[in-house]
Amino acid sequence: MAHKRVEMLTDPLVDNNPITLQVLGICSALAVTSSLQVAFVMTIAVTLVTGFSSMFISMIRNHIPGSIRIIVQMVIIASLVILVDQILKAYAFEISKTLSVFVGLIITNCIVMGRAEAFAMKNPPLDSFIDGVGNGLGYGLILMLVGFFRELFGSGSLFGITILETVNNGGWYVPNGLLLLPPSAFFIIGLIIWAFRSWKPAQVEEREYKIQTVEAH
Amino acid sequence: MADGQEPKGLIGRFFALPTDSVPKTLFVAVAVCLVASMIVSAAAVALRPIQAVNSLKDKQINILQVAGIYDPAQDVVEAFAAFEPQILELETGTFTDQFDIASFDDRDAADDPATSVALTDDPAGIGRQARFVTVYLLRDDAGEIDKVILPIHGYGLWSTLYGFIALEENGNDIFGLQFYEHAETPGLGAEVDNPRWKALWNGKKLADESGALAISVTKAAPAAGKDYHIDALAGATLTTVGVHNLVNFWMGEAGYKLFLDNLKAGNV
Repeated sequence: MAHKRVEMLTDPLVDNNPITLQVLGICSALAVTSSLQVAFVMTIAVTLVTGFSSMFISMIRNHIPGSIRIIVQMVIIASLVILVDQILKAYAFEISKTLSVFVGLIITNCIVMGRAEAFAMKNPPLDSFIDGVGNGLGYGLILMLVGFFRELFGSGSLFGITILETVNNGGWYVPNGLLLLPPSAFFIIGLIIWAFRSWKPAQVEEREYKIQTVEAH
Repeated sequence: MADGQEPKGLIGRFFALPTDSVPKTLFVAVAVCLVASMIVSAAAVALRPIQAVNSLKDKQINILQVAGIYDPAQDVVEAFAAFEPQILELETGTFTDQFDIASFDDRDAADDPATSVALTDDPAGIGRQARFVTVYLLRDDAGEIDKVILPIHGYGLWSTLYGFIALEENGNDIFGLQFYEHAETPGLGAEVDNPRWKALWNGKKLADESGALAISVTKAAPAAGKDYHIDALAGATLTTVGVHNLVNFWMGEAGYKLFLDNLKAGNV
């Protein structure tokens, strides 16, 4: 059992990554990856919310009526998100200023809902918690990867520490403005998915269609 | 519940109801909402004092920074005591004591019809403007006004930028400008926070020798000369236009013009 739990935690990192394999949570990955610090805080927030929401939902899963289960899940997720937002505002004011609306938007992150619906509704609390944390970390891993490229080449810094001195600040590096805009995250995520699937061909989806060849007579 | 065992008591029988029955559905919905709302409101109420301290401290740090006397090693509240806050009535350009400084809130004042006006000519995009604003005076050792720190705000690209402008005692020379709250694009519009850009404001002048407002934030230097020109932010045209408009609005007739005239005439 212990072995299985470790797997549940590590599996979503690469083999079953919510972003690269399940292609969930893309929208927020575009918004919060322009700097590593923001991506890091977002990772922690999403991991906590996914873990605890899965746990609480799992605890009452036998009493949630099927007809209102999505709303019940939303209420629990939304409450946790507001809690995280309030705590950030109280104890990490600077960071909550830079994250602004994005913390609130964790509610709409498909990964949280996805794990609640797909896993927590059918599994015991501890397993659900581990599964939620694992998926939050898998999401965070991609966020940090994307954030690394976007901040390094877009602003010439990592975690706000200057690596490449930009022209604006009297250095030599001309930052790539595209990387600061959300569409660049699409390109980077696409490249990461390509890299992951070349590394692990098992992740490649089967084609939904076949190109047919017609023999000429 | 073990099989074959009769559920006991009201609660026991209730929990034994089929999950999808109407009473149970209603019960779960109400219970989840109640518990969730209690947790959320408890957190909000418990954390509000800390949050209020944070946002006040943040504002005070920004006022200290714009006046150029911020020292991270020094206690913010202590350092902030150097300022003399005053409530300014924009229509007359003089200070008023109708309000209690400690409880006066500039943003509430802008929302309250009794203390604000709806703008028809609104280049800064703020909708309603308060008739009273809190300004901060910094006096030198002799008690003479050294700098005045005036709050300004206006719309950029995505958000309203809130900030302060610090002017020298002659009411025309800019010492600094800084925004403490905005949500402009990181790396582009948010470069209004870049210290190198903020430093450009130092030593610029608001009005030319004839007294007409000449300050501009544009790409090309205007005819007025570089004393009245701040270079635009590259790649942030709309934020720059917003900053240009809001500075001109607040320094103009509808803003601090009368107060600055009084300041120049030594009537403050």
